Amino acid sequence: MKVLVPWLRELVAVPNDVTTEQLADRLTEFDLKLEEILNSGVSGPLTVGRVLSVQPEEQKNGKVINWCRVDVGPEHNDPATETEPAGRGIVCGAHNFVAGDLVVVSLPGTFLPELGFEITARKTYGHVSDGMICSEAELGLGGGDHSGIIVLPADSAQPGDSGIEVLGLGDDVLDLEVNPDRAYALSMRGVARDVALAYGIEFVDPADREVSADGEAYPVRVDDPACSVFVTRVVEGFDSTRPTPAVIARRVEQAGMRSISLAVDISNYVMLELGQPNHAYDADTLNGAIGVRKAVAGEKITTLDDQERTLTPDDLLIVDDEGPIGIAGIMGGARTEISDSTTRIVIEAAHFDPPTIARGSRRHKLVSEASKRFERGVDPQLPARAAQRVAELMVELGGGTILPGLTVVGQAPAARNVTIDQDLPTRVLGIDISAETVVAALEGNGIVVDHDPASGQIVATPPSWRFDINDPYDLVEEVLRVVGYDQVPSVLPKAPGGRGLTRAQELRRRAGIALASFGLTEVTSLPFVGEADFDKLGLDADDARRDAVVLANPLSSEQPSLTTTLLIGLLRSTALNVSRGHDDIALFEVARVFTPKHGGEAPIYGVEQRPTQAQYAALNEALPIQPHHASWVMLGNAVKAGIGTDALAYVWSDALAVAHDLARVLNIELTVESARYAPFHPGRCAALLLNGEVVGHAGELDPRISQAHGLPGRVMAGEINLAALIEAAPAVGEKPNFSAFPVAKEDFAFVAPSDVTAGALSDLIAGAHEFVESVRLFDIYTGDQVEAGKKSLAYKVRLRASDRTLSDADIKTAREAILAQAETLGAVLR
Amino acid sequence: MSAPNSDYDPVEVTPLNAAEVERMRDEALAAVANTATVAELKQARLDHAGDRAPLALANREIGALPPQAKKEAGQRVGQARGAINQAIAKRQIELEAAELEATLAAETVDVTIPSDRQARGSRHPITTIQDHVADIFIAMGWEIGEGPEVEAEWLNFDALNLGPDHPARTMQDTFWLSPERAALVLRTHTSPVQARTMLERKPPIYIAVPGRVYRTDEADATHMPIFHQVEGLAIDEGLTMAHLKGTLDHFAQAVYGPGSTTRFRPSYFPFTEPSAEIDLLCYVCANDPAEVASCGTCRGEGWVEWGGCGVVNPRVLVACGVDPERYSGFAFGMGLDRTITSRYDIADLRDLWDGDIRFTEPFGLGL
Repeated sequence: MKVLVPWLRELVAVPNDVTTEQLADRLTEFDLKLEEILNSGVSGPLTVGRVLSVQPEEQKNGKVINWCRVDVGPEHNDPATETEPAGRGIVCGAHNFVAGDLVVVSLPGTFLPELGFEITARKTYGHVSDGMICSEAELGLGGGDHSGIIVLPADSAQPGDSGIEVLGLGDDVLDLEVNPDRAYALSMRGVARDVALAYGIEFVDPADREVSADGEAYPVRVDDPACSVFVTRVVEGFDSTRPTPAVIARRVEQAGMRSISLAVDISNYVMLELGQPNHAYDADTLNGAIGVRKAVAGEKITTLDDQERTLTPDDLLIVDDEGPIGIAGIMGGARTEISDSTTRIVIEAAHFDPPTIARGSRRHKLVSEASKRFERGVDPQLPARAAQRVAELMVELGGGTILPGLTVVGQAPAARNVTIDQDLPTRVLGIDISAETVVAALEGNGIVVDHDPASGQIVATPPSWRFDINDPYDLVEEVLRVVGYDQVPSVLPKAPGGRGLTRAQELRRRAGIALASFGLTEVTSLPFVGEADFDKLGLDADDARRDAVVLANPLSSEQPSLTTTLLIGLLRSTALNVSRGHDDIALFEVARVFTPKHGGEAPIYGVEQRPTQAQYAALNEALPIQPHHASWVMLGNAVKAGIGTDALAYVWSDALAVAHDLARVLNIELTVESARYAPFHPGRCAALLLNGEVVGHAGELDPRISQAHGLPGRVMAGEINLAALIEAAPAVGEKPNFSAFPVAKEDFAFVAPSDVTAGALSDLIAGAHEFVESVRLFDIYTGDQVEAGKKSLAYKVRLRASDRTLSDADIKTAREAILAQAETLGAVLR
Repeated sequence: MSAPNSDYDPVEVTPLNAAEVERMRDEALAAVANTATVAELKQARLDHAGDRAPLALANREIGALPPQAKKEAGQRVGQARGAINQAIAKRQIELEAAELEATLAAETVDVTIPSDRQARGSRHPITTIQDHVADIFIAMGWEIGEGPEVEAEWLNFDALNLGPDHPARTMQDTFWLSPERAALVLRTHTSPVQARTMLERKPPIYIAVPGRVYRTDEADATHMPIFHQVEGLAIDEGLTMAHLKGTLDHFAQAVYGPGSTTRFRPSYFPFTEPSAEIDLLCYVCANDPAEVASCGTCRGEGWVEWGGCGVVNPRVLVACGVDPERYSGFAFGMGLDRTITSRYDIADLRDLWDGDIRFTEPFGLGL
């Protein structure tokens, strides 16, 4: 809302010593937040001039310029010469003026922020131009007609008058942010009331005016409940050709609208002043009674902006017998527009249901000054008074008469009241506020208060423009802004002792710290993906990960889904790091992935009471599955070549080690088995299993996938369902269990069929005897020394008893048990 | 006749006279002192303290001496040999130490040679700031709430007093899941966790909720479609807006230091009434009159915008099953991404999301 400060000061007597900045600060304290103070910034001798002579001169380039003599008042004029009267010589390229017109001249020394420099006398087109005749654009005046220079209405000023004053260029405009619960502040009336309250000064409501009424004005039929009040007034004998008085045109433009014609300017002016959008129809173009109804599908209207719009049955229309003459509350139609020849005017002022207007405005992508106000709500008591004000201004400025009739269809809703305890503000705010202060604050907001000191009850009846006040706490807010938000003391509440992080929160944090301490750098990725991303990952057409949650309104149609795998984002980041010259890269991410349930819709409940447990469960049931995953990617060297150190490249097993180590920090154990799973190398991928369930994969990427992502060399990666790990993590770790008796170290070198896995044999050894404390594979060999189809696997085994030193016989027993178990896989000692 | 001849004056034995013993001792001590290595010392030990050393040989002569002379010579030789052995032992320690010193000196390295055999990882600042914030509230006895990022429309909007036509509902540009009738959204704020907590637990409730939220903003230097918030909710008997201010001041001090404070400006949020914007005393200039005018962080305001807050609207309590007659509460929320970018002078929000390791590395394992 743009608030012209001089206009505001006209409506309410702000003390003279209050600066615009102070006023803005005070309004911000009153919940009318300042966005910015607008001021043209024009300074210097901007002066009204009268064009004395215009001499067109054609230039070599074919352009015609005007060499003008302009009377800029005795103070600024050069003295008369033999050939020229007193004035200044100015070159002007515009042609929309003639000798005798009043114009605005930037004399040398004038600073125009729009141009960014100070005007000086300069030589141009063979003359010394002693200033510049200004256009609206050059002065930073928005909204107006920008073709050519400004020609002021005749006799509206004198040569030598300050152009800054005449054009209001020195006026401050407050651009205020108006919150949804302060719709009343979309008017000078509303802002002025808050100013009066803020400074404790008297306020005279400009909407308090007599409404004359004798019979009907123009017939109206309302056929839709979305219109609660509809008022018409008629003015006859109006002269549409009369100019708009400068002050009104200027205020309309300073509020960000265009000055169009006297009738339209008055209509807009009253909307700014009182907050009631209204419309003026050329009565002679209306055909029959005005009606209000919903549109028929496919019905069309050409609106005032010359757009033809196709309507839907949700659109609320103003119609006459011929069809639509306006989209209610949003924009009028072109057919019944006021023209220069209009003499009979029907003024409409109505009240519409805010959601209807809001939806219509969104549907047509059409935001007007009227729709902005209607969708937030307009004082329903205003229409008749606003129509009266419009009619009176029209007659005052354009002549004619107001017909005595007043048509009012419908009525404003009855006032309702809210009851509070006088100490509610104290209880809610934690500030001691007396009952007197509460009552005064409410009354200052226009609320009618019935206070019973005996019971402490306050019955508050909000005024018609405060339809947002419905609850006791709404009243508390009104008290607070009068008392002052800075009066709220600072008291630290004593929370009951908490239980710290939940187990899941603690373990998720621990997992992140662990992954970083493994040498991986954390990244965060955008979760938006598309089919191309799944293709690039080499997922089969029926891969479950292609079944993603799809957005109805994605930012990019290429990436409409939420990701099902963190590898997409991680590989994007990896590629970015490669492109930025990094050779050794190790990244991880912990984030949610999303899998749809393809269930039904999430229910929408009322808010008058809590949903039942079953209803709440139904909400959760409709949500996609969205567990936290952890994922990692490594390429290049794990250890760089250095002094005394050979480079150690990341290999497939490093990707598995991350998974195992991550599990270990969560006190759980994973098992692995060979797997074929995109985007991994078909021979170098492990499924990660937790209690027999696959919870992730790790290994080396399929080199084709690495290449498709622009990644050099071998790339290791993994992804695991972290939520599943955390859920499986024991509440208490395993009890330490170790023996202090001496260890016996035994080595075994087996020859086994090639298809026996190291892990399977290792597991057998580990379980072969109770003395086996640990098993460690230290060599695998295939080649000349081993027959074809076989391989050698060498293990270091540590044996220990819990209750004694092992005897030779004990060790022999254990060795034999190990050999027997190994043999079940066809493994024999070498 | 054959009784000992006590008057017998023996022939003086040269090796045992005092001067000769002294000479042999001094010669031995000089030899020991002159050794430069443990090996030389070993030789000197053989020469001067071994079985065939001059003093060892002299010692054998003692037995032939008459008693008085035997005693004196024994003492003389014994003292001399003791002195030599002591000198050898002392020299042994000296030489061993010197040789170790030399060995260690030879092993001297260039300590500026880097070692990077242990790969160094780091955590993203947006993760660690969430941990940091969580710890602050945990220390106050609060708990950490969390909830899904794809959220039911009812919990994201309706339960928080944002009805179907509420203007605020259009102010927040929401990602909707397809089909829209599924009534699922990417949560636009962490506030649905407020509703979830009230629906799942009984007061008193003191929770902080750090987490990801989504709006349909195209990514640019100052906007991202995802960002992070921390939300606070307290529901208890007798809570007032003063407790809200106290909590925020405490939080500000925990994050920005002891001098930090907050102030309220009136605002509007559907889920709180009254509502306020939270301004934080500028953590760079502290609104110091000498510095504020030139402060780039607060642009001369002395305060920076921090978040929004208010007293929980009783309508929200009712929708979530909390008796507004008995309980009251407050809520607040602020963005975390901008806390990072403003404190670390990061001009482009996209840097948080691109994954360049040079962005994250300086943060190490925590802020």
